[in-house]
Formats: sequence, structure tokens, C-alpha cells
Amino acid sequence: MSIIIGILEEGLIYAILALGVYITYKILDFPDLSVDGTFPMGAAVTAMLIMKGVSPALTLPLAFLAGALAGCVTGFIHVKLRVRDLLSGIIMMTALYSLNLRIAGKANLPIFSKDTIFDNSFFAQAVPEPVKPYLAVLVLLLITVVCKILLDLYLNTRSGYLLRAVGDNEVLVTSLAKDKGMVKLCGLAISNGFVALAGCVYCQQKGFFEISTGTGAIVIGLANVIIGTKLFKNLRLFSAKTGENKDGQIKHRSGLKATTAVILGSLVYRGCVALAISLGMAASDLKLVTAVLFLIILVLSSQKGKKVNTHA
Amino acid sequence: MLELNHIEKYYNAGTVHEMCMFQDFSMKISEGQFVSVVGSNGSGKTSLLNIICGSIPLDGGSIRINGEDITHMPEYRRQRRIGRVYQNPAMGTCPSMTILENMSLADNKGKPFNLHRGTNKKRIDFYREQLRFLGLGLEDKLHVKVGVLSGGQRQAMALLMSTMPNIEFLILDEHTAALDPKTAEIIMELTGRVVKEKRLTTIMVTHNLRYAVEYGDRLVMMHQGQAIIDEEGAAKAAIQTKDILDKFNEISIECGN
Repeated sequence: MSIIIGILEEGLIYAILALGVYITYKILDFPDLSVDGTFPMGAAVTAMLIMKGVSPALTLPLAFLAGALAGCVTGFIHVKLRVRDLLSGIIMMTALYSLNLRIAGKANLPIFSKDTIFDNSFFAQAVPEPVKPYLAVLVLLLITVVCKILLDLYLNTRSGYLLRAVGDNEVLVTSLAKDKGMVKLCGLAISNGFVALAGCVYCQQKGFFEISTGTGAIVIGLANVIIGTKLFKNLRLFSAKTGENKDGQIKHRSGLKATTAVILGSLVYRGCVALAISLGMAASDLKLVTAVLFLIILVLSSQKGKKVNTHA
Repeated sequence: MLELNHIEKYYNAGTVHEMCMFQDFSMKISEGQFVSVVGSNGSGKTSLLNIICGSIPLDGGSIRINGEDITHMPEYRRQRRIGRVYQNPAMGTCPSMTILENMSLADNKGKPFNLHRGTNKKRIDFYREQLRFLGLGLEDKLHVKVGVLSGGQRQAMALLMSTMPNIEFLILDEHTAALDPKTAEIIMELTGRVVKEKRLTTIMVTHNLRYAVEYGDRLVMMHQGQAIIDEEGAAKAAIQTKDILDKFNEISIECGN
């Protein structure tokens, strides 16, 4: 049972990260490596704020804002200074490493004794004893679902439509009299906001800020997004008939919402990692497991693609 | 009124590959005019459109719309008054978004980039009506992704999307060139209808001489950055496909081809 709770906890934290990566990787088609810097940035900001006595709940929007700001800088480097997408991310990731050390003051900042969104005086009194082991999962589920709903709502606004359009067809965005650079900048801000929020939640759940947590964050995020979109996006089980056809012959079917798929992908991925650990891998092998699993997913998904192509 | 005054444009300026595209090129297009532009490859047709739209910067001269100087206005701001349809049907639509979402995108042109709902449900009937105008049955497929439509259907969508908002100018960049003859015919007929109905000032670049002769009230033939034929009114109406072909032959002999 504790293993499942562990998977759910970690999976849900990384699901928030994955929602952010989904925006850049799938919607904007922008390989944003600044994620490796904004994830620990969220954690650093949170640890610093909590140590200063700021309310744990308030750290969530503040961490989001800090991440969004970093995303804006990545966007600025790419859009205004015309640096290639991959390089702008690398520059930000490198710069943020030092910046995070400055924010937190040191490479490892524990916040064990402080109140967090998971462990505070309110929950200690209000939550009945039998629910306590599941409290973290419930809090995480709430945050993740709220993030998902907000993102879904945003993607259906005028601004969200443009964000989806810019990754699809930049020329069209210009034709619509909109500055495609601003749209990208906005997308990067939201994406890194989510990533920093994930870092914030991670820090509070683990009880410390650790500079190395950022290493490989982008790989985990990408793995979650790719598993989610490959495995669940076209799942027919839950598919809804949304097509409208006069004679009803061709029915357009769409699978799960991409955001839901990404969250499920994150849980599956965490499950796979937990399985690998329980099969005897050491905790220090985690990054290796992460990388190998990601590779396996990439190879499998591209082979699946090939088969489809040869039959088409 | 669109005015191009003393336009200068060089490609690869300052290198051994420097090529002069336009030198002291001027042209006036009055309101409501439908100009067909023909010419061989590299004659400056697409460069002309890119200069008007602001896709490429100028090296000299100025562009004015109704007296307002837009020479240094960024491309995306100029597009508020311009609708452009490209040769490639993929350029005018978003493949991973549905027909309804694409129509809403076009409908929101010029409106602020904010958190209002992307699709205004009250407008759906209007979109259906617009799509019915195309006569391709797209009005019953509002929730189908545009990426699965055929090239002709996508180009029809692109034409509709660029002309649906309030625009003053329509720029058609060989917009039937990638289509089969029958679809090209349908799209051309649609173009004629839309332009007439909305009284748009239109510039159409085409390699199809018949379209250039049949459509429009002014015909321009470009060669080495100059307009070597520029006829309107009765003189334009008198031009036959053969006349343009003869001119093509004449210039290719001059060039030694």
C-alpha cells in the first residue's frame, strides 16, 4: 500500500511538471530545457519563503510567478535576441543553477520543522486519524486537478487558441495580425510557471530544497508527456462521439483530453520507476532508470509509428 | 489606395551574389481594383507581395495605404487590413485544430489576445453559413480536424478564413498552383465571388494565364523587377492568353534563353 501511495504522490507532483512540459513540447513545439532550472527554482523559492515564515499556501502562486518570470526570460532570449530555442533553454538552465543557489542561500535547505501544505497545524486538528496517511495524495490530487482544469480552460480561450496555433502554423498567427513572438513568450511563461509550481510542491512534500533535483527534470517531464499522449490519447474506451455528420456514416472520435492523458502518463511512468527500484535497483540509480525508461518509451513509440505508416 | 513609391530591394546586398530585385519601382493600386500579376520565375511577383505584406524589409522607397506610411510597420500589424492566401494550402489553416476552432481564430482576428472564450457559440450558425457558401459540405464537419481535409478543402478554408474578418486587401500568392485543375477551378470561382461580394482590393499572382485574363480588371506582367505590361479597363479586357505568351517568348529571346 505504501508503495502505491508513494507512486501516487510522486506521480502527481511530476504530473504538474508534465502539464508544463506538455505546453512547450506538444503545443509550442519548443524544446525548452530551462525546465531543469525552473523546477528547482520553484523549490528554492518555496524553501526560502517558508523559512521566512510565509504561509505555505501562498508559496504556490508565488512559485508559479517566479517560474513564469524565468519562462519570460527564456522567451525574451529566443524571441527578441533571436537565439535558437534549444540554446535559449540551455542558457537559462545554466543561469538558473547559480540563481537558485542564491535564492536558497545554499545547495541544501531543509524545511522539516516548518508548516507545509501537507503538514500544518490546521490539518493536524481537522483531519481524522484514519485519513492522515492519504492526506498528501488528496492534497496533491486537488492541486493537480485544479491545474489541469485551469489549463484546459485556458487552452479554450482566445489566447489559448493562439498558443495552439503558433505551434501548429506560425504563419497563420502572423496572418491573424498577432505577434507570434509574444504568443510564444506567453506559452513559455505559463509552462515554466507550472514547472516551478511542481518544484514548490515537491519541496514541501520532501521537506527540503536540494539543488540537484532539477537534473533530469526535463527528461521526466518529456517521458510523462510522451507516455501519456502515446498510451492514453487515443484510448477508445473513454472516447466520445463528437463528430457531426449528416448521414452519420463517418463519426469523428476523439480520445481522452491531452491534459488527462499526460497526468495518467505521469502515474504510469512513476509506477515503472518504482517497479525498477523494487526489482533491486538502488535509489542512486534513479536517474539511470529514468533515462533508460525514457529511451525504451521513445524506441517503442517510434516503432509503433512505423507500423502504422507501413499499413497506411 | 495602395502606393508603392520608388521601391528598392536587393538580395544578398554587399556580397558577390548581390541581386537587384527592384530599382525605383513604383505602382499605384486603387481601391476595389483586382490586379492579376503574371511573370516568369524570379521576376519579382512574390517579392512584390512580400514587400506589401512586410515579410521582407525594403532597402529604399516607401509604401502607403490611403496616405498612411506603413513602410516600417511590422508584418503582423499590417495584416490587420490584409488577408493573404498562400500557394501551400497548409499555410492558411491549423491542422491540429478543428474547423470550428479555425473559424473562431479567423473571427477573432484583430480582437485582443485575452481570456474570452475562443469560440463564441452565438457565431456557430454564422460559421456554418459561411462554410455552406464554399459548397464543400464542411458545415457538417465542424468538429473535424483541419489536418484530415484535402488540399482543396484546406485552401477553400484558408480563403474563407482570410476574407471573413474585415480586411481591405486580399493577397493571393499562386493560391491555385498546388491544386488539381478541377479544384483550382472551384477555388478560383470562389475567389471571384468573394472579391466581388466584399469589394476587396485584390492582388493575385498566378502562373495560370487563363485566370489572369479571365479574372480581374487590371493585368500586370513582371520582368526583372519591372512591370512590362500594365493594362486596365478596356485595354485589359482585350488582352488574350496568346498576347501574354508572345510577350513571354519575346522576353526569353531577349534574355538569350
